[in-house]
Amino acid sequence: MFQSLIETLARAWPFLSVGFQMTIQIWAISIALGIAIGLISCLMKLSRFKILRFIANFYIWLIRGTPMLVQALVIYFGMPQVIPGFLPSPFLAGVITLSLNAGAYLSEIFRSGIQAVPIGQTEAARSLGLSSARTTVKIILPQAVKIAVPPMVNQFIITLKDTSILTVIGLAEIVNKAGQYVNLRYDYFETYILVGMFYLAFTSLLMLFAHFMEKRLSYGRKNNRS
Amino acid sequence: MAEKIIVHNLKKSFHHLDVLKGIDLTVNEGEVVCIIGPSGGGKSTFLRCLNRLEETTEGQIFVDGYEITDKKININKVRQNIGMVFQSFNLFAHLTVKKNIMLAPVDLKIMSKADAEKRAMELLNRVGLADKANAYPHQLSGGQQQRVAIARALAMNPDVMLFDEPTSALDPEMVGEVLTVMRELAADGMTMVVVTHEMGFARDVADRVILMADGVIAEEGTPEQIFENPQVKRTQDFLAAVL
Repeated sequence: MFQSLIETLARAWPFLSVGFQMTIQIWAISIALGIAIGLISCLMKLSRFKILRFIANFYIWLIRGTPMLVQALVIYFGMPQVIPGFLPSPFLAGVITLSLNAGAYLSEIFRSGIQAVPIGQTEAARSLGLSSARTTVKIILPQAVKIAVPPMVNQFIITLKDTSILTVIGLAEIVNKAGQYVNLRYDYFETYILVGMFYLAFTSLLMLFAHFMEKRLSYGRKNNRS
Repeated sequence: MAEKIIVHNLKKSFHHLDVLKGIDLTVNEGEVVCIIGPSGGGKSTFLRCLNRLEETTEGQIFVDGYEITDKKININKVRQNIGMVFQSFNLFAHLTVKKNIMLAPVDLKIMSKADAEKRAMELLNRVGLADKANAYPHQLSGGQQQRVAIARALAMNPDVMLFDEPTSALDPEMVGEVLTVMRELAADGMTMVVVTHEMGFARDVADRVILMADGVIAEEGTPEQIFENPQVKRTQDFLAAVL
């Protein structure tokens, strides 16, 4: 079996390598945009202004409450029918879908990280004379990041796997390219095992990264409360 | 003697609950005032109003001549002169002991990094924890953490120190080490307002003891007056229950 995997890998390489690159590319761009969207909507959710909180809550409610597959279909096939001149490529529609999706979940991760820092930390900093802004920068965020790293990496992994859904809008990512290949050669088993191994290798790297970050931020132990 | 803290008709309500119902108090320079009384009587809320961790509903508070109840005042500036020690220590969990102490003086550009480090080591020597300079807070016992918290507050060279039940979260055998540091501070002439359940400490160290209950000062006087010869029934009941 190992033999046939190697043979399939060699034959399918022109397809899989292109798909592999596309998957990584759209994942990286969407994660970067998703972090930005997540930070903004997190700040909106923690804002004093009701309207900003409402918009952020509505966005998160909408994205979390619907399947990403449906979101992709609406953005790629649906939107062009109602927005004149909006004809996104599969790549653009994919980036929009993935980043909106990751942003909604990351927003909640950031918010829970910030709110998990005990209020006493803020009070101690303010009582020393630090402004609200300096307290956020020096005391809250460093501790919130530590709390948020494991669920953040978890979301990165989910988003990586979710790129495969975009095959339905014709994005030439690895599942899509594998499909093109097996239509020519019919070695389904080996090909899809290889695709699975690709995801597994990449998510394993992310998990190692998470483990490394957690260790780096542990201040000598696993949990800090007081 | 200069008046360090003047509180005039202070009232504080949370929604419809009146926690403080009109407090008047003056604390002189170098004076140690201990506030005792039953839980829920408003002691901690009162103390937290003194550096505006709680917004007041009515009345005026002057600290060091600044009216901190004035919305326009730069409260961050005034807080630099008011040290505060909390029941739950609240050391910054992501920083070493030394960096906890250095943070405020350096971030507020009051000291250079080198000066702040020197000062931090002096203060750690003073509270007997120089060997823990590079430890993280969770590696210390409660009593050690509270001594660091006192050193952290002192790093800003405050004129006034507020203590909010500083020994209430400690194991019994660690209460003594924290009280010792506080006694030394009082002996050095620091102006202190201490909310405490340590009646022994209040009796020995306080210049004045205040019994606060139901949002008012029920009785105040020297430790002898309060502990030996309380006049008000509320004080008598409280002392009968705790002593």
